[in-house]
Amino acid sequence: MTIDPVLKVEGFSKTFTLHEQNKLIPSSSNVNLDVFSGRLTALIGPTGSGKSSVLKGIYRTYLPSSGRIAYRSTNGNTVDLAKADEHQILNLRKQEIGFVTQFLRVLPRQSTEDVVATPLYMQGISRAEAREQARDILDKLKLPERLWGISPATFSGGEKQRVNLARGLLSKPRLLLLDEPTASLDPQTTELVIGLINDLKCEGVAILAIFHHPDVVERLADNVVKLSPPVGTESFFEEKAS
Amino acid sequence: MDKVLEVSHLSKVFGKGCVNCFEHTGPEHNTNICPYCGSIVAAHDVSFDLYKGEILGIMGESGSGKSTAVKNLFFDQEPSSGKAVFYDGDKQYDLFALNAAQKRHLRNHRFGMVYQNPVLGLNFNVSAGGNIAERLLMSNLSNYQVIRDRAMELLKRTEVLTERMDELPKNFSGGMQQRVQIAKALAINPPLLFLDEVTTGLDLSVQAAILDLILEIRQEMDTAMIIVTHDLGVIRLLASRTIVMKYGRVIEAGITDQILEDPQHAYTQRLVASAL
Repeated sequence: MTIDPVLKVEGFSKTFTLHEQNKLIPSSSNVNLDVFSGRLTALIGPTGSGKSSVLKGIYRTYLPSSGRIAYRSTNGNTVDLAKADEHQILNLRKQEIGFVTQFLRVLPRQSTEDVVATPLYMQGISRAEAREQARDILDKLKLPERLWGISPATFSGGEKQRVNLARGLLSKPRLLLLDEPTASLDPQTTELVIGLINDLKCEGVAILAIFHHPDVVERLADNVVKLSPPVGTESFFEEKAS
Repeated sequence: MDKVLEVSHLSKVFGKGCVNCFEHTGPEHNTNICPYCGSIVAAHDVSFDLYKGEILGIMGESGSGKSTAVKNLFFDQEPSSGKAVFYDGDKQYDLFALNAAQKRHLRNHRFGMVYQNPVLGLNFNVSAGGNIAERLLMSNLSNYQVIRDRAMELLKRTEVLTERMDELPKNFSGGMQQRVQIAKALAINPPLLFLDEVTTGLDLSVQAAILDLILEIRQEMDTAMIIVTHDLGVIRLLASRTIVMKYGRVIEAGITDQILEDPQHAYTQRLVASAL
């Protein structure tokens, strides 16, 4: 018996059209990959090989230029994320697809606890329950309790990254996209995060991730997809009559 | 998901208009003034929808038609053509086909509006509390104490000092006036709220507080909102989807982070690239 992947990317390409510079910049070309429930697929490749572009294309922060991104949703339907309507994408982001980037963007007045719990509020979980879970994961990530009540705006890079991870990991999405989640963490915290990612795998979360350190890839990845920089890095497109 | 609003092909022309107006204006002609008849095409063929609890951003420079769209929906102006349907529970209203009484009903009971200029949204001859009471009286509340309590609650919610609720809003700072305006707009718990450049001209700390407040309100009340702004930061923080306008036309529409990180139109690319 073969298991269907949660996510199947076929022939994904992304090219930026920069009008002002009159240039086409390809960032990913012909990427194919599968992500399965309870497994982690790691994207590797040198800087400029379009790893982040693949994640952003799946999350639709970038509009894919071509290819198919077949996502099998909880209700069994398959959605092509490259073409799905905006409302459908926003709904999947709220309910099923999580993305932890390298950066945390927060409102100046929101407490850390609330920042972490917000995705759960959005899913309709009660505030008390959501806060409870938020405190639980912040504790697991060893973020000092005295920081929970204040905004992460003034936190150090590593502290912010822990808040960011707590927020992304807490909602237990069906598909989780991770862009260098351990980049600014010390070795102890990195260990904690590896543990948490392993827990999510055990709970059946399908994960597509980029890691800075090859040893993290080795420890977490069930399969590895290697990307190489797209050829013909830039080309002028036809001069428009202007 | 519940749809709250569906706008299709909204157009607004100031002036007598002619057959050439639409063909010879717009971003590709770099003007919204018709070269044949001199009419101003403030908005043309604007379409979008809005769902419950969603914040839609309308972004563009001055004169792009972003406020026009909202003013037409709030009945401050009459559109030249187009259709807009407001879905309210099991009722639906064809906005541009309503009579004056029906329009008044929606303005007073179902819509909220916060203007850039508090003079437009507030009655400066009436106290802050009185401004809110006006709105509550329209929705059939009549007990003085009930109204006063509700006004107090709204002012607390919007962080206006309640000791000052009996003062005239003209004595308030700009940020405070804006908060009273928001309190007034929220008084009737409207399912649809329009926000037109609400933070423009306020100092940064006040801006942040008002943006926070707007997000909190959306989370608490599931209000659908349309926020008109030229400020990318406001769009980034508040809107889940954004439409970009130029010379009266929608040139781009999409999920906000996509518009900001992967803008497709030359104008949006320039706009995003020039943001601080």
